[in-house]
Amino acid sequence: MSTQATYNYKVVRQFAVMTVIWGIVGMLVGVIAAAQLVWPQLSVVEWLSYGRLRPLHTNAVIFAFGGSALFATSYYVVQRTCHTRLFADGLAAFTFWGWQVVILLAAVTLPLGFTTGKEYAELEWPIDVLITVVWVSYAIVFFGTIAKRKTPHIYVANWFFGAFILTVALLHLVNSCEVPAGLWKSYSCYAGVQDAMVQWWYGHNAVGFFLTAGFLGMMYYFVPKQAERPVYSYRLSVVHFWALIFTYMWAGPHHLHYTALPDWTQSIGMLFSLILLAPSWGGMINGIMTLSGAWHKLRTDPILKFLITSLSFYGMSTFEGPMMSIKTVNALSHYTDWTVGHVHSGALGWVAFISIGSIYYLIPRMFGRTEMYSTRLITLHFWIATIGVVLYIASMWIAGVMQGLMWRATNPDGTLTYSFVESVKASYPFWTIRLLGGVMFLTGMLIMLYNTIKTIAGQKAYEAPVLAPAHA
Amino acid sequence: MYLLVPLSVVLVFVIGAVFWFSLRGGQFDDLEGPAYRILMDDDKPLDARAKASDGAGAQSEP
Repeated sequence: MSTQATYNYKVVRQFAVMTVIWGIVGMLVGVIAAAQLVWPQLSVVEWLSYGRLRPLHTNAVIFAFGGSALFATSYYVVQRTCHTRLFADGLAAFTFWGWQVVILLAAVTLPLGFTTGKEYAELEWPIDVLITVVWVSYAIVFFGTIAKRKTPHIYVANWFFGAFILTVALLHLVNSCEVPAGLWKSYSCYAGVQDAMVQWWYGHNAVGFFLTAGFLGMMYYFVPKQAERPVYSYRLSVVHFWALIFTYMWAGPHHLHYTALPDWTQSIGMLFSLILLAPSWGGMINGIMTLSGAWHKLRTDPILKFLITSLSFYGMSTFEGPMMSIKTVNALSHYTDWTVGHVHSGALGWVAFISIGSIYYLIPRMFGRTEMYSTRLITLHFWIATIGVVLYIASMWIAGVMQGLMWRATNPDGTLTYSFVESVKASYPFWTIRLLGGVMFLTGMLIMLYNTIKTIAGQKAYEAPVLAPAHA
Repeated sequence: MYLLVPLSVVLVFVIGAVFWFSLRGGQFDDLEGPAYRILMDDDKPLDARAKASDGAGAQSEP
């Protein structure tokens, strides 16, 4: 059965551990930014002011935490399902170190104020070049492994990972087109509303492919594996993939409702966002129903709790998103904290939960153990994180709707009922609750770090032998 | 607009072509087996597996 060859666990292990570290760093920055909203006097120095910490927070949680989780899981899944060692070990190692350098450069340049001003693509051009090099290497490693696979079929998770890698490359190249003006300054290739449209074509597809397709790849592997049940419908998973791929690209304009963007473009964006509800819910139901006949496992297995709860949040935020893309709803929700709540329902509830579950699955296997040091601590992490997310999104919903209503309220003579600052004042209690939710989520990550250290302590790095594919 | 609309249209055709070739290549001929096959891949560490089979012979699940 087994041969002398081993899987490349080293790079998976490195990324898995860094996922925990960067999760803590990114969420800590988020907590500080949330505290600055409650107590503005906390912005003591310019490098740590809200305006500079906010992009650092988004970059750290999306690209450092989420990115490391995606690298770790995709490298693991592609090797295990293709029954072959990762293609080009050296290049795989380069993707790890290259990605860490990107993160460190971001952590230095963003507080210093070097930014392109494009949301989720703030990093300046030298870092953009490095990202491109790392990403192309990632694609070579991933697709090289697919090419030398020992099974004729490519498992659906790999389709999702593959689409995520290719699309992010395309998005990054188009959106980061910029003309350098010095080492740390550049100007976008596009101007005016064109620039806004390219930016949100990038921005929304970053959500769609970085934060959704990639993590769906994770979902389609780790949910069945942890539940020890085949996915509810493999056929549906294939339909889910193609439906999502065909429709996602067009949803970006919903970020630009009631702007200078042509009306028809806004309507297309809204239409495609509504269509997206169907494949998203198909995928959610497919993931959750994988547990059918094994629901009892949910009671005792906290890793499964993380994975299944993440799917519930995926369902919630993919329902909320299309609703918010409807122009009349958007007229109320846009620019309010409702958007912030929606994003965190997706980012904490879906992305972070599925990553945390998957990393809890991976870490013991990377160090030759069958389970984490403490299952009770995983359960504790689960509950503290769940309550944190609920506090976070519920407070943002209330604050958002309240802000939207206050901004649009008019007196009988047509003047505005409230000044802007009155809506700020009214938001303070909710920002405090949000801070509490964030602190709880961060605490959960610290518990995870402790559990990880205890799991790794005294263990040797483990390299698993490559198994021949089973013949069904 | 002049960049993204053509780009998106081209992409749809590229995706369509990938779909067509993967369909013709037999990727979707068996829509049951692959789901089971990932479960037949035992990824528990070797020593742990040896210990489990030394015990009762049954697969002990954590």
